[in-house]
Amino acid sequence: MANAKPAGFWKRNQLKIAPWVFLAPGGIMFLIYVLIPIVQSVWISFHDWDGLGDKVWIGVANYVELLDDDTFYTALKNNVLWLVLYLLAIPMGLAVALFLNQTVFGIRLYKSLFFFPFVISQVVVGLMFTWFYAPDFGLFSQFIKWLTGTEVAILADERFVTYGIIAAGLWPQTAYCMILYLTGLNNLNPEQIEAARMDNARGLRLLWHVILPQLAPATFIAMVVTVIGALRSFDLVSIMTAGGPYGSSQVLSYFMYEQALSEYGYRMGYGAAIAVVLFLIMMVFITLFILRMIMQERNR
Amino acid sequence: MFPTPIHKSPPAAQIAYKVLLPVALVIWLIPLIGVAVTSLRPASDLAAGNYFGMPSSLAFGNYADVFQNSPIGWYILNSFKVTIPTVIGAVALSCLTGFALAVYGFRANLWVFFAFVAGNFIPFQILMVPVRDMTLKAGMYDTTIGLVLFHVAFQTGLCTLFMRNFIKGLPFALIESARVEGVSEWRIFRHIVLPLMRPAIAALSVLVFTFVWNDYFWATVLVQGQHAMPVTAGLYALNGQWVAAWHLVSAGSIVAALPPVLMFFLMQRHFIAGLTLGATKG
Repeated sequence: MANAKPAGFWKRNQLKIAPWVFLAPGGIMFLIYVLIPIVQSVWISFHDWDGLGDKVWIGVANYVELLDDDTFYTALKNNVLWLVLYLLAIPMGLAVALFLNQTVFGIRLYKSLFFFPFVISQVVVGLMFTWFYAPDFGLFSQFIKWLTGTEVAILADERFVTYGIIAAGLWPQTAYCMILYLTGLNNLNPEQIEAARMDNARGLRLLWHVILPQLAPATFIAMVVTVIGALRSFDLVSIMTAGGPYGSSQVLSYFMYEQALSEYGYRMGYGAAIAVVLFLIMMVFITLFILRMIMQERNR
Repeated sequence: MFPTPIHKSPPAAQIAYKVLLPVALVIWLIPLIGVAVTSLRPASDLAAGNYFGMPSSLAFGNYADVFQNSPIGWYILNSFKVTIPTVIGAVALSCLTGFALAVYGFRANLWVFFAFVAGNFIPFQILMVPVRDMTLKAGMYDTTIGLVLFHVAFQTGLCTLFMRNFIKGLPFALIESARVEGVSEWRIFRHIVLPLMRPAIAALSVLVFTFVWNDYFWATVLVQGQHAMPVTAGLYALNGQWVAAWHLVSAGSIVAALPPVLMFFLMQRHFIAGLTLGATKG
């Protein structure tokens, strides 16, 4: 070879350099669009900024204002509600999966059709449920009227609106959890189940003591996607109520968007402060998830 | 198998199960069925208060109306212009990153990996202001390219997680023996690992297609005008115009939902393989 030296260097260090070359394109994109903006958002949250002019440093004033903002507490309360009620998707998904885990004619089609809501955009889900809840001609409000004799406009009623939106979100989320559990049920260890049946374990006892422990990986993933999904809830709130009526269905993600990019003026600093709060809440969960993943990596 | 297979139950239970299945399905899909029926209802039915009965005729004209009198066809084209390049970009980049993280035991490996994983779970709002600002300054605000670049970067996080775990499951001896024979790292990737990654590539492509097609948040943050608007944001805008014209809203919803639905039915096996990765082991 004419140019032996660089080739020699490459040969010797190939194993050290190669991973960074493979990482570079994706890593740089991820750095620019995801990791650096997180830091920038934190920085912007200490400023007063309309998105165009100069940023004015105001220290923690945005956060102080937030503590005094009623909408912030409504949003926070609703986020907790979302988080708690969204978790219902896990047992509901398990129930549907158990119901469908049979081998009868056409069951594959049934499984796909039950999974259907997850494939549809949340914008479409939101429109469907808006129609479903509509007073006068919505199927659901007709049903309530038939049941109770009074008409309820779910999405215009401060008492029910958040529950109405969460129910719409539970529809695709349950489908997601169902598919996770169906896959889990497909991979159960048949010997353990037969052994348990020999010992006369049946029904719920069998489910609780033998089946659920084997489904733990599915449950973990269902937890991750459900918690993240609940805290990310934006599309449905935006489509169905835009946070209304009177801000009663606000959640942090929509509140942030509204403050930063609304017709009331661009308050980027204030919006960023809300985003940081949401980010910190999610980081608690993300850290827990990653700790568990690290433990698994160690055990491998 | 759990629960006990139904064909071991008494015949009455078997019949009950077979009756219950379609009933449960109809209840489960009621919002969808309602919208599908409404999309085929002539406007006169709605005006006359016929919301739940049989449509007086099947008004396929609603669909023609939606396409002729609204830019929804254009919005759908935009969605394809965003989604297809994103799928190609994110899957290609994550083949590389996944390979790097699965095959090489360098010191920062796990840290880099968890940065990708964590980045994938963060709320979009923490990225919104800087990404919008950056896109504006780069002159890509209100273009499909601006959306594509962001989506590629963000989806690379999820895809890296998936690809890395997939390659970890391949027999490492293949790579070892190639190294002993002096095959370069690039050729190992290109000719040994990449051909084995086909199922993972298929699964991720379908998944990313669906996620990006259904994205609404970034479509409203990075796009303002009609010319670059994807169908999710477009449908929301049309909903504002079609006040109470539910036959049109319904038809538009069905049209917007159709591409990912078709994708799902055509590539079901891959789709579910992607979604349930890790649900069985680990």
